[in-house]
Amino acid sequence: MPEAAVIAFAEAPNVRHTSGTTNGVEMLVPIFREAFEQAGLTKSDIGFWCSGSSDYLAGRAFSFVSAVDAIGAFPPVMESHVEMDGAFALYEAWVKVLTGEADIALAYGFGKSSAGDLRRVLALQLDPYTMAPLWPDSVSIAALQARLGLDNNLWTKRGMAEVAVRSLAAAASNPRAQLASSPDGGGTVDDLLNEPFVADPLHAHDCAPITDGAAVVIIASADRARELCGRPAWITGFEHRIDSGSLGSRNLTGAPSAAAAGTAAGASDVDVAELHAPFTHQEIILRSALGLPESVSISPSGGALAGNPMFAAGLARIGHAARQITSGTASRVLGHATSGPALQQNLVCVMETR
Amino acid sequence: MTLPLDQPPDEPPDRLPDPPLSAPLNISFDYTRSLGPVLSQFMTGLAHRAILASRSADGRVHVPPAEYDPVTFAPPAELVHVGPAGTVVTWSWQPEPREGQPLQRPFAWALIRLDGADTPLLHAVDAGTPEQMRTGMRVMARWADEPAGRITDIECFEPAGDAETQDDRHDLMSGPAGDGHEAATALAGDGHVPAQSDQPVTMITTPIRLHYQHSASAEESRYLRALGQGKIVAQRCPSCGKVYVPPRGACPTCGVPTTTDVELPDSGIVTTFCVVNVPFQGQRLPSPYVAASVLLDGADIAFQHLILGCEPDQVRMGMRVRAVWKPPAEWGTTSENISHFEPTGEPDAPYESYAHHL
Repeated sequence: MPEAAVIAFAEAPNVRHTSGTTNGVEMLVPIFREAFEQAGLTKSDIGFWCSGSSDYLAGRAFSFVSAVDAIGAFPPVMESHVEMDGAFALYEAWVKVLTGEADIALAYGFGKSSAGDLRRVLALQLDPYTMAPLWPDSVSIAALQARLGLDNNLWTKRGMAEVAVRSLAAAASNPRAQLASSPDGGGTVDDLLNEPFVADPLHAHDCAPITDGAAVVIIASADRARELCGRPAWITGFEHRIDSGSLGSRNLTGAPSAAAAGTAAGASDVDVAELHAPFTHQEIILRSALGLPESVSISPSGGALAGNPMFAAGLARIGHAARQITSGTASRVLGHATSGPALQQNLVCVMETR
Repeated sequence: MTLPLDQPPDEPPDRLPDPPLSAPLNISFDYTRSLGPVLSQFMTGLAHRAILASRSADGRVHVPPAEYDPVTFAPPAELVHVGPAGTVVTWSWQPEPREGQPLQRPFAWALIRLDGADTPLLHAVDAGTPEQMRTGMRVMARWADEPAGRITDIECFEPAGDAETQDDRHDLMSGPAGDGHEAATALAGDGHVPAQSDQPVTMITTPIRLHYQHSASAEESRYLRALGQGKIVAQRCPSCGKVYVPPRGACPTCGVPTTTDVELPDSGIVTTFCVVNVPFQGQRLPSPYVAASVLLDGADIAFQHLILGCEPDQVRMGMRVRAVWKPPAEWGTTSENISHFEPTGEPDAPYESYAHHL
């Protein structure tokens, strides 16, 4: 069985607003350069490119085509796109490497969420017949999920606030994070619980910020990975699954698709899990679905609560997880990405050192 | 032909401190969708103030109806009536309603298990304040004045007092199959059937309106501001030397930022063109007219513009053209400052001089 490994990762600063265009070029050019430098590559070494982005987020048709300028696509390159998080683009790139069509592949994701009203834009990912015409916004949908768990004693508001406090404290060591606790300590759980609701039962600290950003991950076949990287992050399992698009048909207090993806990817015995949980209670759901014990370090990057660039945050989770391997900090890690309302789609990438 | 390839701009571009240009961008589209047999029945039911649900092979009743059985994947055998009263399974509070939402005053979103159904329906509850909301409360559908076969025919739900809960389960959304079905078929629509809605509803139209603040890149902004002064500013790739107009921020060949501004003359050649004969929505010129790729002198990439000032059948590849500007009083930071291009009467450029730009 052929193998592939992550050999480089870079992400743009996670910020509330960039003055750049929605085609992402301004955010992508610097991080491509950064990732190439890490791996000692140039653009001509890349055999396959795949991007994740959204026209609805950009407010223009075929917005990803302009982003192709950033990759220097002449002479013509082998290139693809998914209207999903860049993590799903990485999956396509991984398949390309495993099938021998490319030795080195690059996946990227980008989104300028500040260009529009993100909560309304995300209503359009819902069923277009019976849900989207009501314009249920993304935070309200997540709040329905949060209350189900609270009412059924599956989690507590204190437990949710603890996720926020831990995430923002961890983000203090991530220079690209959008939000982080100040070095002299952030708000306590009690402070946070006294803040007003954004969408009862959710407080601001329960919700990921609105973020402009981009991320890039480079993977390579076994031979090239050994040659280019001292400690490649070997991908041992990479799976994604989806739950019903009918919100009412799902048990929203769990994430069956995350559990299924985790099982298929062999997501056990990891040291670190970077979870793409845009809401505090969703981290609790994911920990349970993926069977992560207390000993696992969760999202040391700060996770999505410290910065959630749409269509890049999931790819960045895999990148941060891989960095734990390439830096020698961990020996087996998991990167997770989600897409859709209330954790509908889930992807798990398990990586380890050799 | 002498081309001013390296004519320096009047002022260094990096002295321009202005931020990138941006402007509101409002987009809208009315999506028209066919409903298929199951959702057609559901929407037709709504037009008759009835809520229809599907019963799956495991006995569970789904609303909105499932187009295919989640267990057997077969189309649903029968649709049954549910509601119009139900029980709140979970809720969240919307303190500042957004455009397009069911109510424009603070309201609750809720998953509501309608009487007779097993899966809950997402909708709004007009409760006034969050203190009026609780999980397990009874609610009743409030119908729009003129139902037309769409989910918004249910205007919202409203609290239904302390009416006895038929189905007082608080165990998420996974109640035992078959429970409460005695209510199902008894609760048909309210009997108010508008005469004009005898026809089944087979299509829905969903207007989508989105609002953005669209930003030009720094390079595009310099280009547009220069146009506002009657100049055309391109950019040269520091790696391959190609000159791009409009400037693009990154060289598509090299993938590096283009940093050097180059002012170009407003003359060039037609590399290729087409004669527009077909009318289309938004067309501003009477057809036939010519849309052409114009390669400005000193540029490496052509841009599209109109060729007027001669008969369409006079336009040809290699023809020399010059920009016709609108009166300066009408200039803005827009490409529309150039009304069109027209022939200069100079000799045509030889094919070899532009063949590699085609």
